[in-house]
Amino acid sequence: MTTMNRAMSATYGFVERNWALTRRYIGWEIVWLVYGTVSTLTIGLIGADQQGLAGQERVLFLLIGALLWSFLSVLFQIMSETVAWERWEGTIEYTFMAPVHRITYLAGQGLFGVTYALVRTAIILGITVAWFKLDMSGANLLGGFVILGIGSISFLGLGLVAAVLPLLSPERGPQATHIIQGLLLLCSSVYYQVTVLPGWLQPLARFNPATYTLDAVRAAWIQGAGLSEVWPQLIYLLMAGLILVPVGMAVFQKGERYALRTGKLKRNG
Amino acid sequence: MTYALQVDQAYKTFFELDDEHHRPWWKVWAKQPRRLVTAVDHVSFAVKPGECYGILGPNGSGKSTLIRLISTLLIPDSGRVLVFGHDVQKHWLEVRQLINRVSVEAAFFKKLSAQENLNYAARLYGMEIKAARQRAGEIMERMGLESKKWNSPLENLSRGQQQKVAIARALMTSPRLVLLDEPTTGLDPKSKRDVQDFILEIQRDQGATVILTSHDMAESDRLCQRVAFIAEGRFLAEGTPAALKARYGSTDLEDVFFKVTGKTWEEELAE
Repeated sequence: MTTMNRAMSATYGFVERNWALTRRYIGWEIVWLVYGTVSTLTIGLIGADQQGLAGQERVLFLLIGALLWSFLSVLFQIMSETVAWERWEGTIEYTFMAPVHRITYLAGQGLFGVTYALVRTAIILGITVAWFKLDMSGANLLGGFVILGIGSISFLGLGLVAAVLPLLSPERGPQATHIIQGLLLLCSSVYYQVTVLPGWLQPLARFNPATYTLDAVRAAWIQGAGLSEVWPQLIYLLMAGLILVPVGMAVFQKGERYALRTGKLKRNG
Repeated sequence: MTYALQVDQAYKTFFELDDEHHRPWWKVWAKQPRRLVTAVDHVSFAVKPGECYGILGPNGSGKSTLIRLISTLLIPDSGRVLVFGHDVQKHWLEVRQLINRVSVEAAFFKKLSAQENLNYAARLYGMEIKAARQRAGEIMERMGLESKKWNSPLENLSRGQQQKVAIARALMTSPRLVLLDEPTTGLDPKSKRDVQDFILEIQRDQGATVILTSHDMAESDRLCQRVAFIAEGRFLAEGTPAALKARYGSTDLEDVFFKVTGKTWEEELAE
């Protein structure tokens, strides 16, 4: 096998393994899907309760926020919990001593993560649209999913940075990833405009790729905007992805080297 | 001559939590007191291609740390490890293509079947799935694991059966250097015998080089051409089982072990 074929085989191996695990844990998958759907509907119902204020647009604003947060947080979790999950299963040493470049490992995880999160989001979107009888005839649905895909690149990079935490601290690392996730939620326009944030937090929101993903998807799904109309957000998301993925890789490799030096890769730390 | 494995003055220390000095609970941000532990202390040895080399020692003597240093899972503080002439730090990718490892605990995705775990391993090692399945199937059959078990989740298999799958996973990639870290610990006598016979077979038929860590002296006597005794991270004696027995006037390696370490059964059990 050539080096390229080997890399593709390994990338597919990670996707296939994750798919097999998803099937084996199908009961839990259904639980999380139901929970995600109910959470999104609940947020939508809050919007419906205030319909008098802004009509369907308000419902859609909140629904899209909830949907996107569901998408981004699932993707972020798949990446950031990569190490914690393998440590829990006890397979981390076996995976890390395989003749596979780390970029291949992370590409496999990322590919599965994006596909899984897109499918999950599409299901929840379908249910919520039917529940609220939303008129999506003017929405640029495909454009919204393309924006989601582009926004994913930055979140993969951020996920890589978070994935290093369980490598640095087997006990506290997995919990610490939730702090990063919480900050991303707070400093974005998931449920509100960033202008309502305290002044000192607003600059953080302006760097957050989630803010730009949300703005662009809302434009596509609420106003039916084409990709050419949201190009400033897309350019920002692409630039952020181009920076965050290499930064995430570099941080992860540094963390792995630290773990190899200090023996933190070992199952029980 | 290119050795299959050359370990030159390998030295590895770790910081461990100090059980005797606890951090007061209210000092949340203070560091837990730690102490420096030397796991491998300037160990040197070389193994020829096709040889089975045993590293014998009690629990916590540094055997597994040594295996991790060889398998690129740890970076030594100092010293050098070469696998078929490749430095494990500089040429880690080449080294990983040449080695595989079976550890004391069979590390698997336990919800997945043996076949699914083996497919995953095959893809990581760039093998064709069909060829990998055939090779792994042959190994599992040879070790007496019934084919009806191959598609059951591994959590439903006994420890001995899981260990046989772990051996199939390691050997289906045809590694030139096989690292066996206490592969038979906790197995029933039949499974133990199956695994030992298979180790002899791969050495004889494939010329694989085997590094075997164990605290089962009889097993090492049977399988290894040379053995080394390790305690507190240091090699205390090395040689062929026959030469070591002759040197210490013993009839078995267990007796040699106690003479080399200067310990009694009671002291060993107390640790």
